[in-house]
Amino acid sequence: MSRLANAFSKGRPALVTFVTAGDPTPDATPAILDALVEGGADVIELGMPFTDPMADGPAIQAANLRSLAAGTRTADILRIATDFRARHPEVPLVLMGYANPMTIRGPEWFAAECARAGVDGVICVDIPPEEDPELGPALRSAGIALIRLATPTTDAKRLPTVLQDTSGFLYYVSVAGITGKQQAALGSIEDAVARLKSATELPVAVGFGVRTPDQASAIAKVADGVVVGSALVEMVAEWGPDAAGPVREATRALADAVHSAKEIGQQ
Amino acid sequence: MNAPNPNSFRNQPDERGHFGQFGGRYVAETLMPLILDLEKEYKAAKDDPSFREEFEDLLEHYVGRPSPLYFAPRLTEELGGAQVWFKRDELNHTGAHKINNCIGQILLAIRMGKTRIIAETGAGQHGVATATVAARFGLPCVVYMGATDVERQQPNVFRMKLLGAEVIPVESGARTLKDAMNEALRDWVANVHDTFYIIGTAAGPHPYPELVRDFQSVIGREAREQMLARTGKLPDLLVAAIGGGSNAIGLFHPFLDDADVKMLGVEAAGHGLDKQHAASLAGGRPGILHGNKTYLLQDEDGQIAEAHSISAGLDYPGIGPEHSWLKEIGRVDYTSVTDDEALQAFQLLCRTEGIIPALEPSHAIAAVRKVAPTMGKDEIILANLCGRGDKDIFTVADALGVKL
Repeated sequence: MSRLANAFSKGRPALVTFVTAGDPTPDATPAILDALVEGGADVIELGMPFTDPMADGPAIQAANLRSLAAGTRTADILRIATDFRARHPEVPLVLMGYANPMTIRGPEWFAAECARAGVDGVICVDIPPEEDPELGPALRSAGIALIRLATPTTDAKRLPTVLQDTSGFLYYVSVAGITGKQQAALGSIEDAVARLKSATELPVAVGFGVRTPDQASAIAKVADGVVVGSALVEMVAEWGPDAAGPVREATRALADAVHSAKEIGQQ
Repeated sequence: MNAPNPNSFRNQPDERGHFGQFGGRYVAETLMPLILDLEKEYKAAKDDPSFREEFEDLLEHYVGRPSPLYFAPRLTEELGGAQVWFKRDELNHTGAHKINNCIGQILLAIRMGKTRIIAETGAGQHGVATATVAARFGLPCVVYMGATDVERQQPNVFRMKLLGAEVIPVESGARTLKDAMNEALRDWVANVHDTFYIIGTAAGPHPYPELVRDFQSVIGREAREQMLARTGKLPDLLVAAIGGGSNAIGLFHPFLDDADVKMLGVEAAGHGLDKQHAASLAGGRPGILHGNKTYLLQDEDGQIAEAHSISAGLDYPGIGPEHSWLKEIGRVDYTSVTDDEALQAFQLLCRTEGIIPALEPSHAIAAVRKVAPTMGKDEIILANLCGRGDKDIFTVADALGVKL
């Protein structure tokens, strides 16, 4: 079983956590990633900083710019990933970011580097299924999952297009909007997840606007996983190089809430 | 009816919105359904005679088209070579070519039942044009503008406010056009249900580059007819400034299959191509930003560089995808001129023709100044005077060391 499949087969919902690589500095990131694992995160999303993070709200925009201002390069991110894999052989690691930094040296280069670093999956915000040739085939032939996003605007007619060639898990963006802003009504999330699950065998993780353990628990009751990003990124902004401790505590509270939300029968 | 010409340069993009390897639809999933809707609606509008009639009626009676084609005798004499002609799109309502596109897009917005308009703007010309059509059709309008541009284009900011638009200064990045576009995309993704994004240049996700080009092609269609009527022949060379490239593609596109007509696009070389500039074709390479693949100013990791031009309308690190394609296939030549050369050309046109051009077409005029003397007196250059310079007098005064 792949690391990602394993993370969603523990008999309870999974906590997926996001932080931006190189924020506040490339040297500070490994301790923050370790804190996420120690706190109980099941999947780690590592954001690749970009100068123009169009889909992100103020918190993650600022994290991108802090990271780039600290001199973070693509090579640093790959090194952070490689070292993470050495320290945590079992914890799935997903790179998340924008098309240009991922494709600028060619998709094959990026896919090969991801494979070498032990990356399990890639989420690319601005490559929809229509532009899949730009990245998807290279990732899949390197054995890396391309994890697509479904949104409230993805209707039933379009959903099969989104699911085509998606693997690892399906990321449900619960609000039409940018990261870290408003939260969707629970009822609408429940309906959406049910609709997605009737169309795919993949686990469905829900993100965008999830900040507190209470919110995470409520969503975990109706989904296979919960993604928390901006709230953790804001802690990194507040604590800087000393963020690992507070991030570990916050992750632990989120993980306890998510893991205890319900039992999921083994398949 | 003639069969389509398989070798035409005018049949791009393909059904996926690609101009060769450029263009495409690189947007977040939230926007994809809307982009597909827009494509469908634009196709239907193109085939709907009533859409075209309303568009043309507004261009004639509201914008003031056709714009004149003007032979510039004293500039021609001063340069001592080819005859210089201008397409006078600076005489349009709102003072630039931008309004042509805004009329088309707001008609699409209404057709799609959208009730709120957003736009990004650099120099403020597109913002003013968008605020204008929003006022004309009674729709609320929000314009995102980089805070740096808000400072250097105060007259246009005030114009937009008079027209009822809300102008939101964008503080991220270098606080110019690129950042305004990021913020407009963030607004759009959160308000897709009721909001239409009027993109100001021939860039962004498909179908924007195509529809902006089509709406702006009125420039080239008119100019082609006018030139034939006045001189009995086609121009030898077309010249236009390029930021995103909407005025240039609007002039060039109707001439692309006229093999004897050469074309020159003029990018902004800012302080110089070895320093900070905005010449994506000269100094960039292909990448993905703002929904399309095109030439971008960027570093080896794909991080986007900050552009610089004295002209806020050219201050953008990318270019419309069709220009990237036309460069690669060699149909259009591209060059660049610096801030200083544009400033000199600005003054030259004021002095010789009694026309105050915007800083954007001043780049085209600077290129004309270089190339006209190398051509014969029987040859014709047609340059697009895509905007007037009233908005720029403070910037120019500042650059010339004059205190107003």
